[in-house]
Amino acid sequence: MQNNNKSERLAEPYEVEEKSAQKGVTEEEPNKLIKQIAQEKYKYGFTTDVHTEVIERGLNEDTVRLISAKKNEPEWLLEFRLKAFRYWQTMEMPTWAHLTIPEIDYQAISYYADPTVKKKGPKSMDEVDPELIKTFDKLGIPLEERMALSGVAVDAVMDSISVKTTFKETLMEKGIIFCSISEAVREHPDLVKKYLGSVVPYRDNFFAALNSAVFSDGSFVYIPKGTRCPMELSTYFRINAANTGQFERTLIVADDDSYVSYLEGCTAPMRDENQLHAAIVEIVVLDRAEVKYSTVQNWYPGDAEGKGGVYNFVTKRGHCRGVDSKLSWTQVETGSAITWKYPSCILGGDNSQAEFYSVAVTNNYQQADTGTKMIHIGKNTSSTIISKGISAGKSQNSYRGLVRVAEKADNARNYSQCDSLLLGSQCGAHTFPYMDIHNETAIVEHEATTSKISEDQLFYCNQRGIPTEDAIGLIVNGYAKEVLNKLPMEFAVEAQKLLAVSLEGSVG
Amino acid sequence: MKEKDSEEDNHKKVRMMKAEQQYIDLFTQCEDMINGHSAEVMSRLRRQAFADFCRLGFPTRKQERYKYTDMAKLFEPDYGLNLNRLDIPVNPYEVFRCDVPNMSTALYFVVNDAFYNRALPKGHLPEGVILGSLKEMAELYPELVAKYYGKLADTSKDGIVALNTMLAQDGFFLYVPKGVVVEKPLQLVNILRADVNFMANRRVLIILEEGAQAKLLVCDHAMNSVDFLATQVIEVYAGAGSAFDLYELEETHNATVRCSNLFVQQEADSNVMLNGMTLHNGITRNTTEVTLTGRGAEISLLGMAIEDKQQRVDNNTFIDHAVPDCKSYELFKYVLDDSAVGAFAGKVLVREGAQHTSSQQTNRNLCATREAHMYTQPQLEIYADDVKCSHGATIGQLNENALFYMQQRGIPQKEARLLLMFAFVNEVIDEIRLEALKDRLHRLVEKRFRGELNKCQGCTLCKE
Repeated sequence: MQNNNKSERLAEPYEVEEKSAQKGVTEEEPNKLIKQIAQEKYKYGFTTDVHTEVIERGLNEDTVRLISAKKNEPEWLLEFRLKAFRYWQTMEMPTWAHLTIPEIDYQAISYYADPTVKKKGPKSMDEVDPELIKTFDKLGIPLEERMALSGVAVDAVMDSISVKTTFKETLMEKGIIFCSISEAVREHPDLVKKYLGSVVPYRDNFFAALNSAVFSDGSFVYIPKGTRCPMELSTYFRINAANTGQFERTLIVADDDSYVSYLEGCTAPMRDENQLHAAIVEIVVLDRAEVKYSTVQNWYPGDAEGKGGVYNFVTKRGHCRGVDSKLSWTQVETGSAITWKYPSCILGGDNSQAEFYSVAVTNNYQQADTGTKMIHIGKNTSSTIISKGISAGKSQNSYRGLVRVAEKADNARNYSQCDSLLLGSQCGAHTFPYMDIHNETAIVEHEATTSKISEDQLFYCNQRGIPTEDAIGLIVNGYAKEVLNKLPMEFAVEAQKLLAVSLEGSVG
Repeated sequence: MKEKDSEEDNHKKVRMMKAEQQYIDLFTQCEDMINGHSAEVMSRLRRQAFADFCRLGFPTRKQERYKYTDMAKLFEPDYGLNLNRLDIPVNPYEVFRCDVPNMSTALYFVVNDAFYNRALPKGHLPEGVILGSLKEMAELYPELVAKYYGKLADTSKDGIVALNTMLAQDGFFLYVPKGVVVEKPLQLVNILRADVNFMANRRVLIILEEGAQAKLLVCDHAMNSVDFLATQVIEVYAGAGSAFDLYELEETHNATVRCSNLFVQQEADSNVMLNGMTLHNGITRNTTEVTLTGRGAEISLLGMAIEDKQQRVDNNTFIDHAVPDCKSYELFKYVLDDSAVGAFAGKVLVREGAQHTSSQQTNRNLCATREAHMYTQPQLEIYADDVKCSHGATIGQLNENALFYMQQRGIPQKEARLLLMFAFVNEVIDEIRLEALKDRLHRLVEKRFRGELNKCQGCTLCKE
């Protein structure tokens, strides 16, 4: 019976909602089946046949100028890019992470791909390339009016260009600016100029410098004083064209007493070669404002042999500048061949708060070195770190985090908890927390545990007729619940499914 | 920009090479003298160590394991060395006041880096036990020493281990044969004694064969108020089923730099306890590497540091679970006052296949002032799934509620603080498996917190 189910399911590669136990089958032809599963599981692995203008591969000053020219950017932005590019040339790629990264040829990547080139900016839905709409349909993004039902405003970024931003008018009424960053550069240059690079300067690190030089698009959000954003803002990123990198830049500014919840999702087609994604997210939180940033990262992780996949090297940082400000990062990391990122918070304002909730799943040959940095500068600041790592297959999953309490940060409080779950004996789970404490009033706690799923729990589920695979799904979801609960509704459902899908085939 | 960078690099290189150059020159000029006053077994490794040192230099802060202490700077000043093995006039009993009451120990002395032969305890060690000067034993039992010497302390990986191997001429040697139990705790007192700024390179080799048991207490003291730099490499081999306790107590002064590298290898079912207590020091760097190579081996790695003024303690530990069914327990506590700096980095590696590993690591720290800085970095690197590993680290202050509670009951605030601090470090002391030493340490710690020890210049003032 089970076997029948299985073969039906294999014929429909995109049906992954239900899981089935596949014991017995794996024993016969483990490799073949795992391969099939690994391939079918990534349901976003299609490519879209839209006209895309891709500039020539390679990176030099002319490339930077070309990107800037294509986007009709003002002089100051070109200067910013060039400064970043010149600085990047002096840098070397850092090697300290617990990752094995094959050498990246930065000259073999195309730094700009524009899927909307045939039409100059779609004015209504009718003008958008129907293939493109289909892509987003497949991705399940409610780009059209049905969006109203889910109440999400979406800015979709495909390859390098922001394709369409919905609900702009509704938001405009409230004074909220939600648009692509290129548009923001044209229409709100003062805001962009004031905040761009103020949280992540171009000299911050290797990939930040690269991004600052070649960033193509991204989202810009400005929430004016005293405004509560009535809906959740969302960006979907997708790398479509081959041999391109995606270098988007997100800038969120929450002015005094405002609130916004922001979602980010990402997918990429299945390709044999690796694709580079080096984004920057900057968040500025002013007096008494609150920003909630949620990510479900599901870039293509490569196949079961570790071939292909996205390198996700992202710099994300928020600056709680104002008093009583609050920033919350929630991330579910299931994709990418290599994930290397540390969404961080600088707690500058007095009484500011920061949270970091993360679930990182690695399977097959995936690698992750992720965590957060909490830099306490203001007085009475507090931060919470909850990180759950799950490793399966032959993957390596590391938590790396820094808690720094500066000399003036009186009464800083931090609590960190990092748990790792190991599924299988060939994977690795590592924890590297750093604590630098320069103030005697600080209270900093760190706890970490590493364990596997207990036999007792599995046995209990089995006894009650729950197949092992489902039981593991249940237990893993329970394990990650603390983090999943922090996600907005729409994402929570997706994240739960992703967790199950990412781990399927890893036990048996 | 690039030019500026490389300029900086060059500058660093020049500065760095300055620190190394004096040791390179020293060895090239005095190689014969060093060899002449040491044993052949030890000298055999010098050339290789020298080559390694030239290649590696001193570790820089860019290296993850030395992130918190700039080693080259510590080795930069011009220290005198006693390569010629001139006799340093000293009566250890005059200096030595840190007796442990109610504990009868077999007491030995190492003055600077030389084993002190003229003050050997009466009473006999069990048969077959070899104990004494490393140099002499290496001459008497060259095969035994050669089998173990320098095997754990790999000179190709660490510049300071290489430097010690290249310069060390003598030290302490202990061999306990199969099945022999040394009932009486052994005590080794390291005395730093010199009239000029002085560098000592000690070497300790400890071998416990199958089922052997011993306990060793090592105390570090500095006698004169000159600058001291002491490097130390200890190698411990714990055979199958053996049990070994090593307590290291540092009570030196503010101008002492201690750089210790302790290597332990444990066979099946062996049980080792290492306890490093820093009561008073200048700058201390302790590196501990434990490799569990036999099933059922157990290691307890403990440490404690009480620091004030400008003192610095940097403990770096590494436990390698290479085989299944081993257990490790780690507990480090720091109390920091004034502008003291504490650092703790502990890594636990569970290798692929090392199933049923149980590992627990705890690091707790008290910071009393703003100027005191604590860095902690507990790390887990795990490649096996059926394991139970955890670590925890905290940095904070004394519990206000507890203080208030005690004050309510008429205990003055100062006293209440002392009580709490005392209770805080007691957890480490209570793990000690020698009752008398435990009592003694309780007293010493109490005195330390009351600031009495602080007044001392060298060890003569530790007296009751």
